[in-house]
Amino acid sequence: MKSSKNKIGKILIDNNTYIMLLLLLIICAIISPDFFTVQNITNLLRQYSGTIIVCMGMLYVILTGGIDLSVGSILALGSVMVAYALTTKELGMIGAILLPLVCGLICGAVTGFFVAFTNMAPFVASLAMMTIARGVAYVVSNGQPVQTPANTIGRLGVAKLGGVLPWLAILALVVVIIFFCILRYTAFGRIVIAIGSNETSVRLAGIPTKWYKLSVYAISGVCSGLAGIIASSRTAIGTPIIGEGLELDAIAACVIGGASLNGGRGSVLKTVVGVFVLAFISNIMNLLAVPAYPQDIIKGVIIVLSVLLQEFTTRKSETI
Amino acid sequence: MANEYRVEMKNIVKRFGGVLALNDVSLRVKPGEVHALVGENGAGKSTLMKILSGAFGRDEGTIFIDGKEEKISSPREAKELGVATIYQEFMLAPHLTVAENIFIDRLSEKNKFINWKELNRKAEEILKQLGFEEIKAKATVESLSVAYQQVVEICKNLTRNARILVLDEPTAVLTFSEIEKLFLLIEKLKKDGVSIIYISHRLEEIFQICDRITVLKDGTFVKEVGTEEIDKHQLVNLMVGRDMSTLFPPRDAKIGETVLEVKNLNRGKQVQNVSFAVRAGEVLGISGLVGAGRTETMRLIFGADRKESGEIIFMGEKVNFKSPKQAVRKGLGLLPEDRKQQGVLLEQSIRINTTLSSLKKIIRLLGVISEKKDKELTRDVLEQLATKYNSMEDHTSSLSGGNQQKVALAKWLVADCKCIILDEPTRGVDVGAKVEIYKNINDLAEQGVAIVMISSEMTEIIGMCDRTLIMRQGKVVGELNKSELGEEKLIRYSMGVNVHEE
Repeated sequence: MKSSKNKIGKILIDNNTYIMLLLLLIICAIISPDFFTVQNITNLLRQYSGTIIVCMGMLYVILTGGIDLSVGSILALGSVMVAYALTTKELGMIGAILLPLVCGLICGAVTGFFVAFTNMAPFVASLAMMTIARGVAYVVSNGQPVQTPANTIGRLGVAKLGGVLPWLAILALVVVIIFFCILRYTAFGRIVIAIGSNETSVRLAGIPTKWYKLSVYAISGVCSGLAGIIASSRTAIGTPIIGEGLELDAIAACVIGGASLNGGRGSVLKTVVGVFVLAFISNIMNLLAVPAYPQDIIKGVIIVLSVLLQEFTTRKSETI
Repeated sequence: MANEYRVEMKNIVKRFGGVLALNDVSLRVKPGEVHALVGENGAGKSTLMKILSGAFGRDEGTIFIDGKEEKISSPREAKELGVATIYQEFMLAPHLTVAENIFIDRLSEKNKFINWKELNRKAEEILKQLGFEEIKAKATVESLSVAYQQVVEICKNLTRNARILVLDEPTAVLTFSEIEKLFLLIEKLKKDGVSIIYISHRLEEIFQICDRITVLKDGTFVKEVGTEEIDKHQLVNLMVGRDMSTLFPPRDAKIGETVLEVKNLNRGKQVQNVSFAVRAGEVLGISGLVGAGRTETMRLIFGADRKESGEIIFMGEKVNFKSPKQAVRKGLGLLPEDRKQQGVLLEQSIRINTTLSSLKKIIRLLGVISEKKDKELTRDVLEQLATKYNSMEDHTSSLSGGNQQKVALAKWLVADCKCIILDEPTRGVDVGAKVEIYKNINDLAEQGVAIVMISSEMTEIIGMCDRTLIMRQGKVVGELNKSELGEEKLIRYSMGVNVHEE
C-alpha cells in the first residue's frame, strides 16, 4: 500500500492543478513565440490582477458553502464610483479609492445580511444584488462611460515597478498573500472553512456563524470594489457595462482550483492558478487569432475538462 | 423438502488490500426465519451483507440460494435472486407519492402513459395486504413518518419479489410505537416465507423477534445459536468476549454544589414546566421515549432554541442564553444526538474539531492561531479520552463511530466545561467503544463536571446515572434515584402506566 510508486502518484494527484498550469505554459510557449515575451506576460498580469482579487472574495464565500453572483456588477459600480468621485464630486484620489470600497462593502454586507439572518438562498440574495448594483451603476453614470481626469487614477494602471512589474500585479499579490495568511493561520479562516463543512456543528460549538457568513459576503464586496478601481485605472474611464459574466469566471477559477461548491474545501493558491489557467487559454487563442465566438466554446470545454480532472483525481486520492 | 436453507453463505473470505475483513464466515438462513446478525462495529456484518447484495465481490467462499450455487457478482444479479437491503437512509424520492415510489421503475407497463387509477389501486392493495391501510397511496413520501417510509421502502422491494430482506439497524430512527408496527410487519413477512436478516445493536429487539442469531467478531464467525438457547448476558459475552458487568466501570465522584438548575421551562407542547437540578460530579439521566421533549429541553437550556418562559441558574447566576455562543462562554457544553450532522465536522481534520470551541485559547495577536498550542491541546485531550487515531491531521470521517464521538466530546473538555449535556452519547457505537465512553463520562464526573445524559437505552441509564428524570410528552413525569432504578419502572413511567396500579 505504501510503495514509492503510489507516493509519486499521490504527489501528482495532490498537485494536479499546478501540473495542469505547467503543461499549459509549455503548450503555450511551444505554439506561440509571442507568448513568453515580457510584453505579453506583463499585459496578462495587468489584465488579470482585478480578476484575481475578485476570486479571493469569491473563494471565501464558496468556502462557507455560498455563492456570490454580484461580483461583476459591484466591480462595474466601483469603476463608475471612481469616475464619479473624481469628476462630479471632486473628492480627489483618496475619495476615488475609498468610495468604491465603501460601496462594495455595503453591497456585500446587504447580501450577507439576507443570507445569514433571513435564510435567503445565497444564489437568490446575490442575484438580486447583481441587478441592483448594476442598476445603481447605470443611474450614477447615466448609462455613459465617464472619462476620468488625466493624471489621476489612470497613472496607477500603467505604473510599473522598475519599469517591468506592473503595480497592479503587486497589489494583487499583496491581496493574495493576505487572503492566504488569513485562511491558513487565523481563527477566522478556520471558522470559514468549518462553516462550509457543517454549519450546524459549528453553531452548536458556540460560534456565531451568522456573523461570519455576513462577513465573507462583505469581504467579497470590498474585493469587487477594489477590482472596480483597478478596472478604471487601466482604461481611465468609469463604465457601468464592464464585468459582465465575471462571476462565472470567478466561480470557474475557484472550481478549477479544487474548491467544492458545497463548501469546506478550497485553496487560495490553487484559485490563483485557476485564474491563470483561464487567462492563458484566452491569451493563447488571441495570439493564435482565434475569433471571439469559438473562443467561448473552447473555454467552456476546457473548464469542464479541468473540473472533470479534479473530480477524477480527488476520487482517486480517496481510494488510495 | 428440497432445501432447508434459503441462503447459505459458506466460508466467505474478503480482503481489503492487506486487511482481512472477513475470515471464513458462514451464514445460514431458512425461509420464514428472522435471523439476527450481531457483532460490534467493525465485526464484518455490513461487509458480509454487501457481499450478499452484490455490492462487494468476495475472495473466497460460496453462496447458495435455495440450494443452487450463485455467483452474485453485481447488485443487479443479487436483486434478481430476490435479495433486498433496506438501509437506514432510504432510497425513496421524498416529493413523489407512495404509489409512485413503490412502482418507480414500472410506472407504465403497456404504453407510455401512466394509468394513475390502476397504479394507486395496486399500491393500496399491497399496503393493505401488509396491514398498513392507513398509508395512502397518493400521499407524498415526505409527509409520512420515518416508520411509514420504511414500510414503503419494504413494499417497494417486496413488489420486486424480494425473498431475502436485509434490515440494517431498522429501528435506530423509530419511536417506540413505530417499532411495534415494524415488528408486526416482520411477523407478517415471516408467515409469507420471507427470510429476514436483521442487523441491530439493540439486544432486546433481537430476543423479541429473531429466531436464530449469528455472532461475528473481528471478521470471524463466532457462533450460530437459537434465540431460546441463550440470554442477553451470554450473547454480549459472545460479541465482546467479556462480561456485561464490566460494561459500566465504577465511578468515584464527589457530588458537590448545584451547577445547573432549571425552573419551569416552557416552549410549546414539547417542553412544559420542566424543572430539575444537577450538581457537580453528578450524572443525571434523562429517560423517556423518542419525542418526549428531552432533546428540545436541552436545546432551550443551551440557547440553540429560544424558550418561552422559565428560569435557568448556572453556576449560581441567573442566565438567559440567547445563542450557543453565550452558553459555551459560561462553560456549558452540548454533545448533540446526531453525531454526523451536528456533532463533528467529518471532512475536516481531527485537530480542527477538538479546538473548535476553544479557539480563544490558541490564538495570539490578530487572531493568528498558535499551531503548537493547538497540537498540544489536541494531543493531550485525545490521550485523556484514549482516542485511537493515526494523525490529528486526518479527516474525522476516517475514525470509527466511537472515536468520532470522542472527538466531539474532546471539544468540550478543551473548553473546560462545568456542565456537559450528552444527548444519546453512545448511539450507533459498538459495545467496546461504549465502555470507553462510559469511562470518559466517569472521569469527567470525577473531575467535578456536572453531566446530564439523555439516553433511550434503559441499561445505560440504570448503569450510569446517579439520578434519573423521566420525560413524557414534554413533561417530567418522574424522578428515580439510583437505588430505585429498574427497567420496568422506567418503561412504566415513560409509557404513562401508573406505577401503583397493577
